[in-house]
Amino acid sequence: MNTTPARNTKVMNRFDLTSRLIAKLKNEEAVVGGIGNTNFDLWAAGHRPQNFYMLGSMGLAFPIALGVALAQPKRRIFALEGDGSLLMQLGSLSTIATLSPKNLTMVVMDNGVYQITGAQPTPGAAVADIVAIAVASGLANSAWAADEEDFERLIEQSMSATTPVLIGVRIDDKPGVGTTRRDPVQIRERFMHGLGVRQPL
Amino acid sequence: MAAAEVQTSPQIAQDNTWHGIVLASLKRNEISLVPYVPDRVLTMLIKNLHADPFFTTFPTAREEEAVGIVSGAWMGGRRGAVLMQTSGFATLANVLASLAMPYQIPLIMFVSERGTLGEFNYGQSLVCRTMRPVLDSLAMEHHTCTRLDEFAFICDRSIKQALTTQAPVALILSPLLTGGKVFDK
Repeated sequence: MNTTPARNTKVMNRFDLTSRLIAKLKNEEAVVGGIGNTNFDLWAAGHRPQNFYMLGSMGLAFPIALGVALAQPKRRIFALEGDGSLLMQLGSLSTIATLSPKNLTMVVMDNGVYQITGAQPTPGAAVADIVAIAVASGLANSAWAADEEDFERLIEQSMSATTPVLIGVRIDDKPGVGTTRRDPVQIRERFMHGLGVRQPL
Repeated sequence: MAAAEVQTSPQIAQDNTWHGIVLASLKRNEISLVPYVPDRVLTMLIKNLHADPFFTTFPTAREEEAVGIVSGAWMGGRRGAVLMQTSGFATLANVLASLAMPYQIPLIMFVSERGTLGEFNYGQSLVCRTMRPVLDSLAMEHHTCTRLDEFAFICDRSIKQALTTQAPVALILSPLLTGGKVFDK
């Protein structure tokens, strides 16, 4: 669990927040779920063809989502990433800030641990502030969600944003609720159907 | 400077240099998204990509970030290619094996080859030796491009094969083609 001191944000739950996000999606928005629990909870929240589940390439949820956002500027793209994953690819925040896509909302699920490997603390757990890092990387529209209602408010606001949005959420150390079916070709193909790039055979 | 770089007029130069051929091949195959981590050898190509409004081209902090971006873009219906140098390729084994290959993504990579044919940095020459074993271990298509007269054919056919077979390809740009980076630079 996140032990960073002096932060008044509520400790929430990944599956609950992911379910709240999915419930708000009415326009076939794309959702890219990072490796491990992040995409397990996305899967558990109810499969949609517009969901992409990562089975490796830790740290690339935001870059993959950026690519989708650049390919489909009229569709909103959500990217869900863990704090440990993001720490592997902090440079991507600057790339996204520079390109500044209007249609990208990033959510960082911050529990301060590598939950799936045995809940070891991340190197940043006690000292780093992910939202402050995002702001310093050029993503001015970044904020911690104070609680579940605030999270929902920030998600709704992001849907009409004119710059990329990053939302930090502190979460507990619970594992994911489900397990994504590990079939990368089907995942990718269905995602492309969901985005209207292809029709099923 | 390679013989291929000798230019008589700007128009001919665009068509007859190795970097002009890369740019034209990308355009012909509707590849418009080109993230890169730079290399000295790639300077002219990067400059010309930036100058052409057809392309969205930009630097990334790491090569695997660029691979993630073009993978997402392709799934969203937009084609991309990544530019890098040999040492950048050496950081990619994880993303190739866990994203590009298993998800069957036509990842197109241009790798400026450092570490051979006159390398002056021992580290670069060692890194270079890891590249082809990694490509071969994943059974990834790759070609080492050495001749200007073959280059347009290799570029065009390799891009088309990657797209139609949904498999990654690496085009290694040999110093024999590009002139490479020499000791005094």
